[in-house]
Amino acid sequence: MEENTINGCELLLIGGSAGSLEVLIQVLPRLHKFTAFSLVIVLHRKSTDDNLLEELIALKTSLPVREIEDKTPLEKGSIYVAPADYHLLLEKDGFFGLDVSDKVNYSRPSIDVVFQSAADAYGKGAVAVLLSGANADGTEGLKTIKAAGGRAVVQDPATAEIPYMPQYAISHLTPDFVLSPEEITEFVNGLK
Amino acid sequence: MTIEDRQLELLINDMYDTYGYDFGGYSRASFKRRVDRLYNLDGFANFSEFLVKVRTDEVYFKRMVEEITVNVTEMFRDPSFYNVLRTEIIPTLATKPFIRIWHAGCSTGEEVYSVAILLQEANLLHKSLLYATDLNPLVLNSAKKGVFNLRMMKQYSENYMAAGGKEDFSRYYSANHGFAKFNEELSQKMVFSQHNLVSDRSFNEFDLILCRNVLIYFDKDLQDRAITLFDESLSLLGYLALGTKETVKFSPVQRKYEQLRKEKIWKKIR
Repeated sequence: MEENTINGCELLLIGGSAGSLEVLIQVLPRLHKFTAFSLVIVLHRKSTDDNLLEELIALKTSLPVREIEDKTPLEKGSIYVAPADYHLLLEKDGFFGLDVSDKVNYSRPSIDVVFQSAADAYGKGAVAVLLSGANADGTEGLKTIKAAGGRAVVQDPATAEIPYMPQYAISHLTPDFVLSPEEITEFVNGLK
Repeated sequence: MTIEDRQLELLINDMYDTYGYDFGGYSRASFKRRVDRLYNLDGFANFSEFLVKVRTDEVYFKRMVEEITVNVTEMFRDPSFYNVLRTEIIPTLATKPFIRIWHAGCSTGEEVYSVAILLQEANLLHKSLLYATDLNPLVLNSAKKGVFNLRMMKQYSENYMAAGGKEDFSRYYSANHGFAKFNEELSQKMVFSQHNLVSDRSFNEFDLILCRNVLIYFDKDLQDRAITLFDESLSLLGYLALGTKETVKFSPVQRKYEQLRKEKIWKKIR
């Protein structure tokens, strides 16, 4: 996977909906410790979710999983999970922002909102991965990431439990990579 | 099309110079997103056209304030928070001869009506006063009426029950033409007025201040200003309630407050 090695990643985003948690459960335990970037996970989730998702993710990795609150600073080497019932944004001074404005694509958090905000704050330093789902969320965000010089990765729809979301992305933009869950693991481990 | 950072700063300066509204302390990422949205929605040819419109058309400016300030709210949002209010905070207020509550950034009033219901069920509403403020006069007008969309009532009723409510929620409103009008009994003790956390001062002393999911729109300096303003407006042993992701930690008044377990409720202890 030499050709998949990407330098200059400061922020890795993984967005997904139905069928994505299974992918994360596969990928997370196989990730090597990273120091160059922060990993932000954005999954569609119930508005009433407490910290169940954070706890589940923390069980699958030995890397630090940190809670996001208003103005939490991003630390490299850490994993963050977008909280339930808020839109997640990235400020240019290295902090998270939160917002409870209207749902986007019937979702809050919306993947598009995070990706677009990351594109604005991180430009070519942002790498975004879109996983399985039954919703069109994420496609506009990936377009913005690419336009700002960042990289767009989409899960191979053939490997997705619900292929709609990655398929929708592929039919509306040309991702830099289309990868299976195993390849996503390798890809992330190769990020610098 | 998205607005560039320097254009956003121009817009912020112009809004201040022309109308006295200061958005300089708003968190940029969220603020920019909402300005971008409006800019695209209203189909301006370029940024200068947009800027001229904002500067010269006050009606448009008002629409803009309406659009760029977030007014999404619901009754009994985060039921567990209301459960703590009902079982732990309100009983400690009950001993007071008179209860003063401030809803800072009340938006369209859903939270004010929720708290009024809790007070009425505790038989305390008659000796309470609920001050509800917002910077946006349009949402205050709407809040005063106590009229909400009927299709929201199913969810609000579920929230109410999850928050420990025992009554039939529908007894609090009458349904008419797709709207739910809340009983005037509830609004009798409410006072609505315009107040801007950016520029206005403390105007009374309160036993409980609720400001939930408002500080997230402010940068650190403006958050500190607002929290200091709340501190100046709280009686000793009064409570400050913030949103589930907000905190008084790191603010200048932190040492005067004690957090109620992991709840986003702080008691003023000195």
